[in-house]
Amino acid sequence: MANKAFGVINSAPNYIRVEGLHDYRPIGAFTFIGRFRVIDFPLSNMSNSGINRIHVYLNSRPRSLVEHIGSGRHYNINSKRGNLQLLFTQQNGANSIYNTDITAYMENLEQIERMPQDYVIVAPSYMVYKQNYQQLLDDHVAAGNDITLLYHKVDQAKEYYRACNVVELNKQKGVESLARNMGTAKERNISMDTYVMKKDLFIALIKKAKRESSAYSFADIVSLSCDTLDIRGYQHKGYFAAITSLDDFYRANMELLDYGTAMDFFKQDWPFYTKTTDACPTHYHPGGKVTNSMVCNAASIEGIVENSIIGRHVHIGKGAIVKNSIILSYADISDGTYIENAVIDKWVKVKNVKKIVSDSVTPAYIKRNDVL
Amino acid sequence: MAQTSMLAMILAGGRGSRLHDLTNKVAKPAVSYGGKYRIIDFPLSNCANSGVDIVGVLTQYESVLLNSYVAAGGRWGLDTKDSGVFVLTPREKADSGLDVYRGTADAISQNIDFIDAYDPEYILILSGDHIYKMNYDKMLTYHKEQGADATIAVRGVPMKEASRFGIMNTDGNGRIIEFEEKPAKPKSNLASMGIYIFTWKTLRKLLVDDMKNPDSDHDFGKDIIPIMLDGGKKLCAYEFSGYWKDVGTIDSLWEANMDLLDNDNELDLDDTSWKIYTEDTGITPQYIASTAKIDGAYINQGAAVGGTVQRSVIFTNCKIAPGAKVIDSVLMPGAIVEEGAVVTRALVAENVRIGKNAKVGEKKSEEILLVAKNVKGED
Repeated sequence: MANKAFGVINSAPNYIRVEGLHDYRPIGAFTFIGRFRVIDFPLSNMSNSGINRIHVYLNSRPRSLVEHIGSGRHYNINSKRGNLQLLFTQQNGANSIYNTDITAYMENLEQIERMPQDYVIVAPSYMVYKQNYQQLLDDHVAAGNDITLLYHKVDQAKEYYRACNVVELNKQKGVESLARNMGTAKERNISMDTYVMKKDLFIALIKKAKRESSAYSFADIVSLSCDTLDIRGYQHKGYFAAITSLDDFYRANMELLDYGTAMDFFKQDWPFYTKTTDACPTHYHPGGKVTNSMVCNAASIEGIVENSIIGRHVHIGKGAIVKNSIILSYADISDGTYIENAVIDKWVKVKNVKKIVSDSVTPAYIKRNDVL
Repeated sequence: MAQTSMLAMILAGGRGSRLHDLTNKVAKPAVSYGGKYRIIDFPLSNCANSGVDIVGVLTQYESVLLNSYVAAGGRWGLDTKDSGVFVLTPREKADSGLDVYRGTADAISQNIDFIDAYDPEYILILSGDHIYKMNYDKMLTYHKEQGADATIAVRGVPMKEASRFGIMNTDGNGRIIEFEEKPAKPKSNLASMGIYIFTWKTLRKLLVDDMKNPDSDHDFGKDIIPIMLDGGKKLCAYEFSGYWKDVGTIDSLWEANMDLLDNDNELDLDDTSWKIYTEDTGITPQYIASTAKIDGAYINQGAAVGGTVQRSVIFTNCKIAPGAKVIDSVLMPGAIVEEGAVVTRALVAENVRIGKNAKVGEKKSEEILLVAKNVKGED
């Protein structure tokens, strides 16, 4: 029934840069707990909410996302009545101030205007959370808001969420402002960059933003409209991650090693879809030891793995020790290697270096395809 | 590469009654295997990987699950404009009443119209309940090189076991001169694998005759092959040496699963150039808790292990609670082993729950225990 709204999945703002991983793919294409990609979450949320007309905005280095999303069939989107469109922008210089979501929307305005639905749901491709958008839409319509905005209450806003916007709310959950997190307080309402509104208002705001400043983002124009429009906050509860730095990426993955958190997030009634690779099960060899870890298929484990996430087709050699780390697909950790607090990108071969350890809070990062 | 000259028909109508309760509600080809697969994934993936694009699946016994499973041809990539997986169950026709498939050959005879619609030059007959990887395109090349009317895949079995199989005696150049079903004194050790390539025109004629023959069992091994040999047709043996298992019993099904724990197992499901495709489930990776002890295992995604696992195969969505033990066993999808329960030398069927502190199976049992019903726990 949610065909009253179409979906827009937006890419991350241009000031967000995730060390290392981002050199190879957009955040939406980042691997998440080894098996998923970050964009699987907003796409599945939309699909599960009955939204089957979806626009996905692609920025720089789109290859991995295009390959992964494909026709969208694996997201359970009706192949006749539904449609998933991949939209490109020409303004994709990585750090250009013109590289805003507004620029992308302007370039594709025709596509937005053609949508037959009255409402739009905008969600980001750099955040991981679970939300029923149908419920959000119903609530929005019933309350008669102009815009409903999703937020999450956090208590670590000083150290984290620094690239996110903070939502100031009044007692009626009316949004008073939307501004970058300056890290001045622990408890903050973090904007989840997710909005519900009428399509006509969406288009009007895009055009207005363009008129006001070429550097404005959609969040900027929403913030400037707080006095004139009825913008309300809608609190999200449950697991929430904003992937805006390597640290965030690491923490967001590790948090799901807690079984209770993971089981609350991954429920049968709300599946998260991804593209299958038809990988065989994982082989745990005698003599190896795995504890408190998530392990993907087609891995081969001969060594010791503790508090880690092991991607598909990863090999952990005999006597190797992997602790508190994320090993992405196809990495090969040879016999006797010691790895602690690291993110090892895809196709890495750790052969001659026997120890990779980060002593700081930020994990060590090993580049894609590297041989060490 | 699209290859339209050969069409495949998979015989998937059998019950597999020696698998007991495992096949009460599903046909043998739909039985789970290897952590995430169903047996029929093997012939279907082999077809897809060999470029055999049109596959008919002949079903009969308890076929609801099997039919819906194979109908989704996209799983094996067989869903382009010129490919497809077609479920063929017995049907009522204008000139004959509804009739069951009376034998393997009759199943094909009753679908001559389906095959004719594709006008193939060759037809590949497969069994839906064997586990192996084979390139049928290579077998077809051999069939053409030999100028054969029929080519039968064979594999060498130990001579002392040969009397349990259908044995092909050849002339030394690969031409079959005699076929003996379970011979008391075997002359060769080349056992038929139930995989045939026929030149369609030749087979079609024989099938039409066979349908009218009241004395026929309508079976490839018993009727069609002997008639071809008697009639002087050219039948060739195509030798296959890779992994092949017919998992007819609980013991052999268990054993075939256990083979995957062997480092050098010949089936090599990890070979990305010849993937076995199957149903995908959007679930989490495997979760291995801090209390887990895993010593030799083959585990699929969605499984959660909190207890001890030794030399076992654990399928999708199985749960092994902290303090539970699973030893030398196979846990099929969704099986749950609760706290303190011990499972030894057993095959636990889909979605079966082994209750708290329950003990099933024996370390020294001769046969593998099939656990097809929930086992009550003790507090």
